[in-house]
Amino acid sequence: MPPRALDARALAALAANPGCRRRALLDGAGVDKARLAEALGSPSAFGQSQFAFARGNSFEASVKADGGAELLRLLCRRLGVEPPAPADVTVPDLSAPGAAGRTARTALELRAAAGRGTWTLLDHPMLSLEVAGAAVYLEPDAVVVDPEGTVTVIEIKSFPILDGSADPSKVGAAARQSAVYVLALGAHRVRERVLLVCPKDFSNIPAADLLDVRPQLSVTRRQLGRLTRLESIAAALPADVTFDVSLPPVELTRSVESVPAAYAPECLAACELAFHCRGRARAAGEVMTLGRAVRGELGRLRTVDAVLDAAADPGPAADPAAAALRRAARLRAEALGVTV
Amino acid sequence: MSLLTTLARAEAVRAGRAQPVATVRHRHLSGRPLVLVPLTAAGEAAAPLGAMVGTDRDAPVLLTVRQPRDRDLRFGFLARLADVVLPYLESYADDVDTELRKGEELEVCADAPQILVPSVPGVDYVRLLGRSMRFRRTAEEDPDTPFPAPPRVPLLGRWLTHYAERARTPGSSLLLAMTELLGRHWATGQSQLEDQHLGALLAWIRGGDPEEVERGRDASGQLLTPPAGPATDPAFDNRLLAKATARFDAGIPGSGDEIDALLASQLRPTWDAVWEGVTLLRELAPGTRVPDRWTGDRWSYTGHRDRLRAGEPPQPRRDDATTAARKLASRERAQAELAAGEALDDPLVMASRRLAGEAFAGTVTGVEMAMSEGRSPRPRPLVVLETDDEPYLDPGVKAHRVLATGKTQTAEVVETGADADGPGPRTVVLRLTSGMGRGKTPEEGSLPEPGDALCFTLFEHTARSGAKLPDPDDTPWTHGGPPSAAPADGPRPAEAPDPVTAEDFL
Repeated sequence: MPPRALDARALAALAANPGCRRRALLDGAGVDKARLAEALGSPSAFGQSQFAFARGNSFEASVKADGGAELLRLLCRRLGVEPPAPADVTVPDLSAPGAAGRTARTALELRAAAGRGTWTLLDHPMLSLEVAGAAVYLEPDAVVVDPEGTVTVIEIKSFPILDGSADPSKVGAAARQSAVYVLALGAHRVRERVLLVCPKDFSNIPAADLLDVRPQLSVTRRQLGRLTRLESIAAALPADVTFDVSLPPVELTRSVESVPAAYAPECLAACELAFHCRGRARAAGEVMTLGRAVRGELGRLRTVDAVLDAAADPGPAADPAAAALRRAARLRAEALGVTV
Repeated sequence: MSLLTTLARAEAVRAGRAQPVATVRHRHLSGRPLVLVPLTAAGEAAAPLGAMVGTDRDAPVLLTVRQPRDRDLRFGFLARLADVVLPYLESYADDVDTELRKGEELEVCADAPQILVPSVPGVDYVRLLGRSMRFRRTAEEDPDTPFPAPPRVPLLGRWLTHYAERARTPGSSLLLAMTELLGRHWATGQSQLEDQHLGALLAWIRGGDPEEVERGRDASGQLLTPPAGPATDPAFDNRLLAKATARFDAGIPGSGDEIDALLASQLRPTWDAVWEGVTLLRELAPGTRVPDRWTGDRWSYTGHRDRLRAGEPPQPRRDDATTAARKLASRERAQAELAAGEALDDPLVMASRRLAGEAFAGTVTGVEMAMSEGRSPRPRPLVVLETDDEPYLDPGVKAHRVLATGKTQTAEVVETGADADGPGPRTVVLRLTSGMGRGKTPEEGSLPEPGDALCFTLFEHTARSGAKLPDPDDTPWTHGGPPSAAPADGPRPAEAPDPVTAEDFL
């Protein structure tokens, strides 16, 4: 099976749960988690409607039409500079065989653009970033180099900017994703503000704004640095571990289970393997399945059984979490009119 | 989430069934609510795909848009939606009561219409639909408008905007999401995130396999329980709807009915689920303070009715700073009142506050009469209370309780027992400072007796209104300064409609 390329969205999700060794290893090894989840009998619910896909593509195409004239107009307006004449914009051909080839080609064109003294638009360039000891290839929507040689990441999304504001969770996701691109462009003079392009209100007209991604940059940098290095995860595994989806589910499950996971309900929105991990976490009675926040209240009590046993224990408790649970159980029973 | 709720969730895991986190219903439920289940086209900002709407569980009205990118079909949908929703909204406008407010007799609608949607994204979608419609111009308003909207569509936009805006006020009940309603009253054995799935939430409450409901697919890969919308399942879009839409675009006879049937198959289970939720909630008796909060909703409805009757322009795209400040203040007040009201209505909610040290309950072990000093002494009896709770008390702290008459009595903590830090019950000495009438002896029922069980809260029972906002003429520059640009008494100028281009989808 050819390795599945990690994208910035996956990296941003990875950074959101840096403690999950399972995800780090599978992503780092380029395992197709959707197919793995299907082979495990817990297919993911991810998928994109073809309507949304078509809409996203048509919007991106309209934004980039005419050699990126509209895109550069939007960027220049936000930067407060005069937009260049379409003829003065270089749009280099970035095609090359393989991801590594395209990355090398992109790097070459970025260096050339920096010395050219005019505007350059790189449409779907390929960047690489070392994550957990392995190279990850990333493909932003576009990158613009201005005459001074500063690189700006362009992120084109099809959710609307309505009355000057957009869905904060979607903007946040876009910012985290763009921050990964900015990180990957670290060798160049890169702007720490990215241009987010979205449809305006209910129309198809693009609207754009500069998004400061410095907070996301520092978070992502720190989280990626914290990612356990892949070699050390792999070194702790039995030698015969494999994620071959043609294996029988029992063996495959054993392989997957040999890499520890850190499941939280948030994984459901970000990881293809989440249903599998949730099933295991529920079977083990982990309190984390009830939400990340409950862990703080429960201290050392990690399972539902431990929580309920602590709550039902009549004796005095040394552990403050257990003592609080005991009081909670007494108050709850009193309010519900049950005698304990 | 409080520790009590966490405990209830843990109990739900062990029992395999949801556990109550409320003993009364904390939201108003209309006797005749309008249920609205919307569906939206994937990838578009607000292009509706269809809706199931109505006040009769057995007779839903199915509205569909066979091609969401066709403006005429979309306007047709919105016009039919207005035909169903507006008569319902307007049917409450003329039945009025009078209420005395600040010495003035004012007219307020006796009841108000209530809209129920399946989930929180449904509330957001109502807001979005409202925004997309309220600035539209009809041919009658503006004969030159390039794409005139059907007559009553802008009006529906203004109502939906009002309902969605009111939904931001804590405790309000004009527009409610069923997942929120059920989640307020039951704790499931899953996380709050997963509770957003109405079908799974219901399975926890009434029995069934939540995971099967959430993930179960048939042989062709379609979800057995479609999502509660407004977004559709991608597998539905890609494998069923896309083909039907293509046939419709090609003009194949019968393809329109096919799309209608497909959309109905996605809407009907959610429609039934919302009504099932209504049935479950009706089994709970409403909290004592629920009607008071509903009165606020009736005023809100009446206010909007009056603004429409006065011919005011649609709600602006963005509130000015003064309006925003006013809204924020009123929502903060509503939040405080809701938190206090729910606790006073429901021993289970009060238990949570007691656990947090914000309230305490106990038994009276002694009452000692005392009088205040001064020219006309007043009764200031001392009450000794023994409690198992662990409130955060210091001498001088105020505590409040509700009397049998419904009035609030305030007391001041005089002393907390020396055993305050040890285990076991502790004694608290309180001096009652109000609620005993004007006489020299406390009124009947206002003085507790030994053996009485009392519950005091450290939070106030009514929210204090914040500092008054300055007069419009004294609006500080932080809030845009005095509104000099606006005409003194004339109507606020209406905002221009959205520019429309041939490329627009909505």
